[in-house]
Amino acid sequence: MAKNAWPPADKTVLMGKRIARLDGPAKSTGRAKYAYDMNRPGMLYARLLSSPHAAAKVTAINLDEAKKVPGVVGAWAEIATAEPDNEVRYAGEIIASVAATSEEAAREALTKIQVQYQVLPHLVDDTDATKSDGREQGEDKPDAAAVDAAISGAEVKVSGKYGLACITHACHESHGQVCEFGADGNLYVWPSTQNVSAYAGGLKDASGLAVNQIFVDCQYMGGGFGSKFDSGRWGAISVRISKETGKPVKLMLERDQELLIGGNRPSAYADVTVGATKDGTISVWSSNAWGSGGMGGAGRLGVPYVFTKIPNVRTLSKGVRTNRRGAVAWRAPGHPQACLITMAAIADLAAELKMDELEFFLKNVALTDRPEVYTEELKIAADMIGYKDKAHLRSNPTPGTLKRGLGIGIHTWGGIGNDSQTEVVINPDGAVSVSIGTQDLGVGTRTAVAIVAAETLGLPLDKVQANIGKNSYPPSGASGGSTTIGGVSASTRDASTIALNALLEKVAPVLGVTVDELEARDGKIQVAATPSKSLPWAKACSLLGQMPISGRGENKRGKGVSDGTILDDQGVGGVQIADVSVDVETGQVFINEFVAVQDCGRIVDLLTAESQVYGALIMGVTYALYEECIYDNITGRMLNADLEFYRLATLADVGKLKVHMMTGPGYDTRGVIGLGEPPVIAPGAAISNAVANAIGVRVPTLPLTPEKVLAALEQGGKLA
Amino acid sequence: MNAFEYAMPKSIDEAISLLSETPGESQVMAGGTDLVTALKQGIVSPKRVVSLRHIDELKSIEASGDGLRIGAMATLDDLAAHDGVKAGAASIVTAIKGIGSQQITSIGTIGGDLCQLPRDWYFRLGFGLVAQYEGKDLVAEGDNRYHAIFGNDGPAKFVNASVLAPALIALGAKASVVGSGGAKREIALEELFHAPKKSEDGNTTLASNEIVTHILLPLGARKNALYHVKPRHGLDWPIVSAAVAFENDGGKAKNARGGLGHVAPMPWVSASAAKALEGAALDEDTAAKVGAAAAEGASPLSRNAYKVHLTKVAVKRAILAAMA
Ligand SMILES: Cc1cc2nc3c(=O)[nH]c(=O)nc-3n(C[C@H](O)[C@H](O)[C@H](O)COP(=O)(O)OP(=O)(O)OC[C@H]3O[C@@H](n4cnc5c(N)ncnc54)[C@H](O)[C@@H]3O)c2cc1C
Ligand code: SF4
Repeated sequence: MAKNAWPPADKTVLMGKRIARLDGPAKSTGRAKYAYDMNRPGMLYARLLSSPHAAAKVTAINLDEAKKVPGVVGAWAEIATAEPDNEVRYAGEIIASVAATSEEAAREALTKIQVQYQVLPHLVDDTDATKSDGREQGEDKPDAAAVDAAISGAEVKVSGKYGLACITHACHESHGQVCEFGADGNLYVWPSTQNVSAYAGGLKDASGLAVNQIFVDCQYMGGGFGSKFDSGRWGAISVRISKETGKPVKLMLERDQELLIGGNRPSAYADVTVGATKDGTISVWSSNAWGSGGMGGAGRLGVPYVFTKIPNVRTLSKGVRTNRRGAVAWRAPGHPQACLITMAAIADLAAELKMDELEFFLKNVALTDRPEVYTEELKIAADMIGYKDKAHLRSNPTPGTLKRGLGIGIHTWGGIGNDSQTEVVINPDGAVSVSIGTQDLGVGTRTAVAIVAAETLGLPLDKVQANIGKNSYPPSGASGGSTTIGGVSASTRDASTIALNALLEKVAPVLGVTVDELEARDGKIQVAATPSKSLPWAKACSLLGQMPISGRGENKRGKGVSDGTILDDQGVGGVQIADVSVDVETGQVFINEFVAVQDCGRIVDLLTAESQVYGALIMGVTYALYEECIYDNITGRMLNADLEFYRLATLADVGKLKVHMMTGPGYDTRGVIGLGEPPVIAPGAAISNAVANAIGVRVPTLPLTPEKVLAALEQGGKLA
Repeated sequence: MNAFEYAMPKSIDEAISLLSETPGESQVMAGGTDLVTALKQGIVSPKRVVSLRHIDELKSIEASGDGLRIGAMATLDDLAAHDGVKAGAASIVTAIKGIGSQQITSIGTIGGDLCQLPRDWYFRLGFGLVAQYEGKDLVAEGDNRYHAIFGNDGPAKFVNASVLAPALIALGAKASVVGSGGAKREIALEELFHAPKKSEDGNTTLASNEIVTHILLPLGARKNALYHVKPRHGLDWPIVSAAVAFENDGGKAKNARGGLGHVAPMPWVSASAAKALEGAALDEDTAAKVGAAAAEGASPLSRNAYKVHLTKVAVKRAILAAMA
C-alpha cells in the first residue's frame, strides 16, 4: 500500500531534480493567454479615470461629453459627489469609468469627463516623522531604564538612521480582468489573480449571483507579489458594466494606474542605537521607527530582525498616514524593511569594532532562532563568493575610484502550507488528471503539482495532466506568504496516494499478492520485494473496466493531510552576500556577484526553486538600487508612475547571481516549505552593507542612487 | 490620445506643405518612439501627424566634403554602424550604445533624437515645459533631482534630452533646416535649441512648419569622446553627459570644443571649459582642470548640486577617454 510520507530524497525519480517548467514553451511562444490576451465576441473596453489630486472632495462629475465620443457605450461616476463619500484620499483614486468598443475610444472618453474638485491640503512625504502634521498613529512602547543603562554601559556602540522608500508592486501584467455573462446566466471571469478559489466572492454583489454561478479561470498570470488577492474595485466595476451593457468587458489598469494604485510596500525609517561588548557580542538594541503605507499608516516594524535574542531591547514604532494609496502586502510584509534596518545597524557596529562582518555575524548567530542553519549557510555563502580573498575592513578600502566591497544579510520566514485540496483521476486507459484550484504566479506551481503526482504514481511527467487555475477545481488557498508549495504538494500527494491505493486493490489479486506488498515505480505496479513481478501501468489501469477511479486529497494548514501525515513544514533561514563596486566619483553602484544560500525543506523541483531565488535576487537588486515612488509635495502626485523613472533592474544590472539550495540531513528530511518570500528579504541589507564596506560610509536609505551615494561620501568627508 | 489625420508625404516639399496647411496643429513623426509616447500622454494633441518615413532622401548618410551629410531619418543603428562615424566620431557611437535599447536604436532617428521633447516629469504630467501650478514654479520648488544646473535662470528648468547633441556640437555639426515654401537655412547645431520663456515656445527654435532635413558632420583627425553617467546599465537616460573634441597638436589640445548634455534646457556649450582646454597639455591634470572649469557658473537647484559634481567628473573622463 502506498504511504503518504515522502520517500527518502535519494530514492526519488522526479522530486528534487531539475525539471523545466511545463508551460515554458507556451509562455515563450506566446501561446499562453493572460487576462489581457482574452478577447470575447462583442467585448467592450473599460477604462478608469483617476484623481489627479491627493486630497480633495468631488463636488460634480459631468459625463455628457464622454458619452458623445464615437464608440462609447457608457460612462459612470465611481465616487459620490456629496458628503460624506466624496472624499479623494490619494492621487490615482478611482473617480469614473467608461466603456467603449475600442481602447482608443475609451481612452479619449476619459479625457472628456469633467470633474470638479474642492482641493484639500495633503501630505505625501513620509521621510520625516516630525513633519507628519499630527497624522502619525500607532503605539509607542517606551521601556525600562535597563535599556538606557545597557546603552551607556555598552563597550562599543553606534547610532545611525536607516530606511527604505515606499515602493510599488509594478506587476508586469497590470491588475484587472475580462468578464462575460453567459447565455446560461452565469458569469465567466478571466482575471489576473493570486487567489483563484476565493476570487468569485468579491464579485457577488456586482453580479447579483451566488458564488457557484461565477466561473473563474486564470491559467497564467504576470506577477502579483501580494497585490492580487481580491478582485479589487476594478473587478467589481467591470462586472457591473458587463451586467448593465450585456457585453463582455475587459478592464485592466493602465501602466500609470498600476504603479499608482496597484500596490504599495510601506516605507520604513528608524533611528537606531546598538551596542556590543568589546569582543563583539551584541548587548543592546534601541530603535525609534516610523514608516508609511499611505493612508492607512503602517504596521509595527519587527526589529531587531532575526537577532531576536539580543538581551536589552527597546523599540518604538509608529505609522505615518499620508495621502497615498494604502499599504498592500508585498512579498514578506515588513521583513525587507526590518532586515535592512537591523543588518545595517549591526554591520555598522562590526565596522566600529573593526571586526570582520562575517566573523561578527558568526559570533552573534547565537542570538537567532537557528544558529546551526545560519552558521552553515554563512560558511557556504562565504565560500561561494570567495569571501576570504575579497574581504577587507570598512576602514581599509580598496584602492582607486572603483571601490569594491562585500555585505551580508540574513533572513527568516515561516512558509507553512495552506489549506488545499486536490483531485486525482486515474482513467482506464492509464491517463491521469490532477485538478486543483490553485494558481501559478509564474513560479512553477503547475509543474510542481505534476511532479508530485507523477512521483507518487511512478509515472513519467508527461503521463500526468495538471489542471489548475479554475475555481471549479477543488479549492486551494491563496498564493501568499509562501504557503502554496507546501499546501499543493501535500494535497496532491494525498490525492495521488488515495487514487493509487484504489488501483492497487485491483492489481493485488491479479499478481497474487496483498496491497501492502505493491508499489508504483518506473511506469509499473510491482511487488516491492520482487520487482520482476509487475504489471505495466496501462495494463493495471485496464483492470478498472469502464470507470475511472479518483482520490480526493486535502491538506489542512498545520494539521497535515487526510490521514494526519504532515507533509509540509515551516521556518527557514537564508544568507545572502553581495559583492559590489562603487564608483566613488559618480556614486554609481555595480553588482559584481550576488550569492544566496537558502533552505526550504524538501525541494519539489530544484530548477524552479533555484529560479525562484534568482528572481528574488533580481527583485532585490531592483529595490536596493532603483525603486522608489517619487511624490511631489506641491501637487501631491506621483512623479514617476511609469517604467522610465520608476526604474527596474535590467539584466545588464544584476551582476553574476549564484544560488545554493540547502539539501541533505536537516533540510530535505523536513516537509515542503514555501519559497516565495524568504530570498527577497535580505538583498537590500546585503547590498547596502556591501556599499558601506566599499566606500567606508553608510548610505542611510535605499534606493542607493548616485545622488545618495555622493551625498553620503560628501558627509563622510570622502568625496573625491 | 486624440484622433488625428496621418500623412505620409514622399518628398520634403510635400511634407512642408502638409505642415504649413495646419500651422501649429501638426506634428512631425520620425521613428515615433517619443512622439507616440507624447501622444498617449496627451501632451501633444495634433490634428495631423506628418510622417517622414517615406521620404527616401532623408534616410541616407553620404560623404560630403571632409565629413558626412546625414539624413534626419537615418536610424541610430545606421549611424552607429557607419564606418565614417565609427572612425571619426567615437563619441556618437558611445552615445547611441548608451541608450541601451535595441528596440529604440533600430527605429529612433538622429532627427528625432535631436528634436525630442524633454523627459521632465512635470512636463510629462501635463504642467507644461515651463512647469507651473497655482503660481508656483514646480521645478524650483519641487523635485528637481534631474533638472537643469545651467541656463536655468529663466522660467524653463527642464533638461534637453538629446543624447547626440553634445557630441555633434563638440564635433562642430550643422543642421540643415527646410521650412515655409521650401526655404532652406543652415545653422550651427547649438542654434537648434533654446530655453523657452513660455511653454508654447517649444524646446527647439524650429517653426511649426520647419523640419531638420540633414545634419552636416565634419570629420577630421580629431580626438573625440563622450562620457555619460547613467543610473542603470540597461535602457536609461544619462544624468549628465559630456562630449569633447580636439586636435592633438604636439601633445597640446587645439581647436577644442565640447558639449554637455542633460544639464540645461539646451545642450550646453561651456566656454570656460573650451578655454581651459585650448592649448593645454593633454594630461590628467588638464582633464581635471577642464572638468572644474566646466562646472563654473553652475546654478544648481534645491536638490541637484550633485549634478555639478557629476559634470566635473564626466568632462574629465571624456577628455581622458579622448586622449586614450
Ligand atoms: C519608453 C522610451 C524610453 C526611452 N528611453 C531612453 C533612454 O533611456 N535613453 C535615451 O537616450 N533615449 C531614450 N528614449 C528616447 C529615444 O532615444 C528617442 O525618443 C528617439 O531617439 C527619438 O527618435 P524618433 O525618431 O523615434 O523620434 P520621434 O518620436 O518620431 O520624434 C521625436 C520628436 O522630434 C520631432 N521630430 C522628429 N524628427 C524631426 C525632424 N526631422 N525635424 C523636426 N522635428 C522632428 C517630432 O515631431 C517629435 O516631437 C526612450 C524613448 C522611449 C519611447
Ligand atoms: S517592454 Fe519590451 S515588449 Fe514591452 S513594449 Fe517595451 S520593448 Fe516591447
